Amino acid sequence: MKRAAFGQIGFPILLLIPQLVIIAIFFYWPAGYAIQSSFYLQDPFGFGSTYVGMDNYTRLTTSRTYLSSFWFTVIFTTLVTFFSLAIALLLAVKADKVIRGAKTYRTLLMWVYAIAPPVAGLMGVMLFDQSRGNITQLLASFGYDYRLGVNYWDTAAAMITVSIWKQIPVNFIFFLSGLQAIPRSVREAALIDNASGSSRFWDITFPLLAPTGFFLLIINITYALFDTFGIVDTIVKGEPGNNPMTLVYRVFVDGFRGGDLGGSSAQSVVLMVLVLILTVVQFRFLERRIHYT
Amino acid sequence: MNLLKIAATTAFGLTATASFAETEITFWHAMGGQLGETVNQVAKDFNASQDEYKITPVFKGSYEETLTAGIAAFRAGEQPNIIQVFDAGAATVIGAAGAVIPVEDLLEQNKLDFDINDYIAGVRYFYADADGKMIGMPFNSSTPILYYNQDALDAAGVTAPKTWEEFAETTGPALKEAGYIPLSQSHLPWIFTENFFSRHNLQFASNDNGYTGLDTQIMVNHPAIRAHFQALTDWKEAGLFEWYGTGWSDNQDPFESGQVAMWLGSSGSFGGIQDRVDFNFSATMLPYWEAVTTEPTQTFIGGAALFAMSGHDEAENAAAAAFFDFLASADTQVMWHKETGYVPITTAAYELAAEQGHYEEFPAAEVGIQQLSLPGGDFTRGYRMGFYVQIRDVMNREYGRILTGEATVDEAFEIIETEANDLLSRFARTQG
Repeated sequence: MKRAAFGQIGFPILLLIPQLVIIAIFFYWPAGYAIQSSFYLQDPFGFGSTYVGMDNYTRLTTSRTYLSSFWFTVIFTTLVTFFSLAIALLLAVKADKVIRGAKTYRTLLMWVYAIAPPVAGLMGVMLFDQSRGNITQLLASFGYDYRLGVNYWDTAAAMITVSIWKQIPVNFIFFLSGLQAIPRSVREAALIDNASGSSRFWDITFPLLAPTGFFLLIINITYALFDTFGIVDTIVKGEPGNNPMTLVYRVFVDGFRGGDLGGSSAQSVVLMVLVLILTVVQFRFLERRIHYT
Repeated sequence: MNLLKIAATTAFGLTATASFAETEITFWHAMGGQLGETVNQVAKDFNASQDEYKITPVFKGSYEETLTAGIAAFRAGEQPNIIQVFDAGAATVIGAAGAVIPVEDLLEQNKLDFDINDYIAGVRYFYADADGKMIGMPFNSSTPILYYNQDALDAAGVTAPKTWEEFAETTGPALKEAGYIPLSQSHLPWIFTENFFSRHNLQFASNDNGYTGLDTQIMVNHPAIRAHFQALTDWKEAGLFEWYGTGWSDNQDPFESGQVAMWLGSSGSFGGIQDRVDFNFSATMLPYWEAVTTEPTQTFIGGAALFAMSGHDEAENAAAAAFFDFLASADTQVMWHKETGYVPITTAAYELAAEQGHYEEFPAAEVGIQQLSLPGGDFTRGYRMGFYVQIRDVMNREYGRILTGEATVDEAFEIIETEANDLLSRFARTQG
């Protein structure tokens, strides 16, 4: 490959500056500020503050509620990621085979993507409503007394279901285009070699889809961790009470609602570190097994 | 939500055409829906009443969101002139000396009359400092009262209970027999904790309920309230009480739809219920435990107060003072009281509403004021605790665990006490 044709260092730096400035202002500066304020306890209005060292962190390790939010987030993220990927993959494989009316079918499946998370949450609240919800009534006909906002796991189930539903279209689009990128010749060769549909899928199609899947895995974990905020907020109606909370929502509840800037900064830093670890693990261990064509 | 935004922008648009001689000030509030319309009406009336000042109300979302927006704006030097802060946020804003100008000082500096004794007893000191100086002006003041479905009570052949003993022995079982869920409530920390302590004149926190110092310890783990929550769980088991989660309206809806016969809510809920229900209803005072006291005391106000934020020039402060003066006037208070159901804050306004025959027409509208005007005690003026929003979150969580059978009453109160005291000591350190 030919080396880039910049004569001197100045010009490329000039070209990079806008991007670097944006990253510095919107990422490094607030992140640095969060790290700094995580060592302080400060008055919300900014009049007084006390240096407390690692207090804001050690407090988290002993807080029963923080740890329960942590475990809830792990369960939540695992379920949302797994089911939204699995269902989308199934739908994409089936959609790939449809010939007549394929466009309509695909458009219908992608539709959900256009819905904003709080709206999705609101629809969830309506479907799962204690007295009027359709799903509540359906469950009641099976003899299950579903109580959104009262029972911890009932609320969790609504959050998880809505979050999965909201994410399926994105995954579907990517999986479908991934499937369509697999060369016809490879599939035909496989068809001649092996007549069983399922082993053709697992031996040929699935490995070829792996780069798409890996990309989606990261996107989905990030989605479950961060972008579900709006859904969680509408489902708990801003009053968490005894309902489950994800770690991101907890940062908001303690920091913005509760005015505890130091404590919530420490929580943000913990999240930052978790995401960093996750990213390293994903790229180092998972990506090795994937072959990009 | 969108309608409100439109309303807010329209209000903003109107002010844009104002003449240049006027001093313009902004007012951030958390009154949505019908209440927001009434706030806009109050502002419009003020603007029409004189031509020196122009106030622009801006709806900023929930109470918590409004306070957060105010704090962020203050730190950026862009704070509004007046901000509405709710009861649980009072310690945050009053604790930050220098963030607000005490309303008493503001009015006196601008040569406007102020006498704290003009205010109704239960309203007077909640937003005052340790010396009794009023810092924030009570705006939408409410107190928890018991609403009841008159048709349901008639069907069961009972009257609204005065005491919890009466509820447990007579009212509750009779209503259940008549096919109703006898009772629900909408805010466990406010109704069954803060006002439980006030109604029985029990000490809620050290340092005179937190007014006189920062090293406050909460005294919530009291046998009387533990017994109350034990009774609630027993009632729930027996079908005398139902809990629909932490959300306010989830508990109010079943009352409005006629499933629940009695509901504990805010005196400010009156207007909304009036509009929506088709059965006869009325209200009475918050019941008390005869086993705890035979002389129940007043409750204190909930709702929110208006604070004048510092960092503005004298002309703008004068405008804010004029608005406060307008707001406290009997006419404005009566209009606000009638439209919303919030209690009038001054005795003069209360008398004027009575004179106009408002309470003959709507007896339920008077219950809140009567309850606030009951004899007080040592611990009925209110409470002042920092990070109180988080303390309420802890209460909500633990009460939810009690009522879903995940925790016993004793366990839950121990957790509340420990976590609340931890938060209080953290708040004390933020002020250092």
